[in-house]
Amino acid sequence: MARTLINLPKTAKAGAVIEIKTLISHPMETGYRPGPEGRLVPRDIITEFVCRFEGEEVFRAELFPATSANPYLTFTTLAERSGTFTFTWTGDNGFSQTESAALTVT
Amino acid sequence: MRRALLGLLLLAVPAAAEIAPGERRSGFDQMTPELRAMQTDEAANPGQLWVGDGEEAWAAAPPTGRPACAGCHGAVATMRGVAARYPAWDEAAARPVDLQGRINLCRTRHQGADPLPFESRPLLALTAAVAAQSRGLPVAPPADPRLDPARAEGERLFTRRTGQLDLACAQCHDALWGRRLGASTIPQGHPNGYPLYRLEWQDLGSLQRRLRNCLTGMRAEPYPFGAPEYLALELHLMRRAQGLAIEAPAVRP
Repeated sequence: MARTLINLPKTAKAGAVIEIKTLISHPMETGYRPGPEGRLVPRDIITEFVCRFEGEEVFRAELFPATSANPYLTFTTLAERSGTFTFTWTGDNGFSQTESAALTVT
Repeated sequence: MRRALLGLLLLAVPAAAEIAPGERRSGFDQMTPELRAMQTDEAANPGQLWVGDGEEAWAAAPPTGRPACAGCHGAVATMRGVAARYPAWDEAAARPVDLQGRINLCRTRHQGADPLPFESRPLLALTAAVAAQSRGLPVAPPADPRLDPARAEGERLFTRRTGQLDLACAQCHDALWGRRLGASTIPQGHPNGYPLYRLEWQDLGSLQRRLRNCLTGMRAEPYPFGAPEYLALELHLMRRAQGLAIEAPAVRP
């Protein structure tokens, strides 16, 4: 399991715009770099990130080999009701990780 | 009195080339606002990924069945101030040790475990977790006279010309800091943020890795990891950075 850091307010007023920051530990190996023996290191990147709120998609990003290691994604969404955000990163070699965080709307 | 003054003057002359305490600036001050924000925002600083790993490792017992770091020391927060005073003298080994060296000595002496390899993720993570506790504290090298020979050796290495370019560290970092080398601003070269996340590396690295970069840049042969030269240089650099705030895990371009 890769380590992730997810940062969003625990509570928000209804209708407020909240900022969500996500960071995941991943080498994002481009597939273009030679290793110590001179052969290309096979590509190993995260290709997709999806954030859902109670199952409904609120943000999606495609990632490519030019994305730097430990990708940091930040985006905003509207706080309408209390619920849980799920964050899913998927990538090469069957990489898949899902984390969740709760938001309480007051 | 006059003799004492003369002595002070003589001491001051060779040190005059060094940056005066009031002039000391962390590399942080020369970074772009975006990079500074990346370092200070704990949600954006990639070094925090290692700190998280390190805090977990701090509480986890080693496979030998001996106590975890937390078993003897308590919470990792008790390590506040440690990074600010390292490298320090180790009685049993009778040599100076840096923070990662101390962690490995603890592993072999008290946990019966193998030392972690240099620049390995577990070692960097533990070092980052310990160093991060001292964030904001001023660098405070110990006044231990046993460290003086290594410190003097460090100063000698720092001011000695070396490599195919025939450069000394001090020529850039003492005399030309703030000017430019190509597109980069020359920093004063303070070790107050290590282990740090370097964008060029896309990774967290130790001061030794950084010094190896400098040496290859000067086209000098880098010392192997763990060499006493790195300890000597770190001792000199920490004394040179006295009073600057610890920033670990820092972010640098």
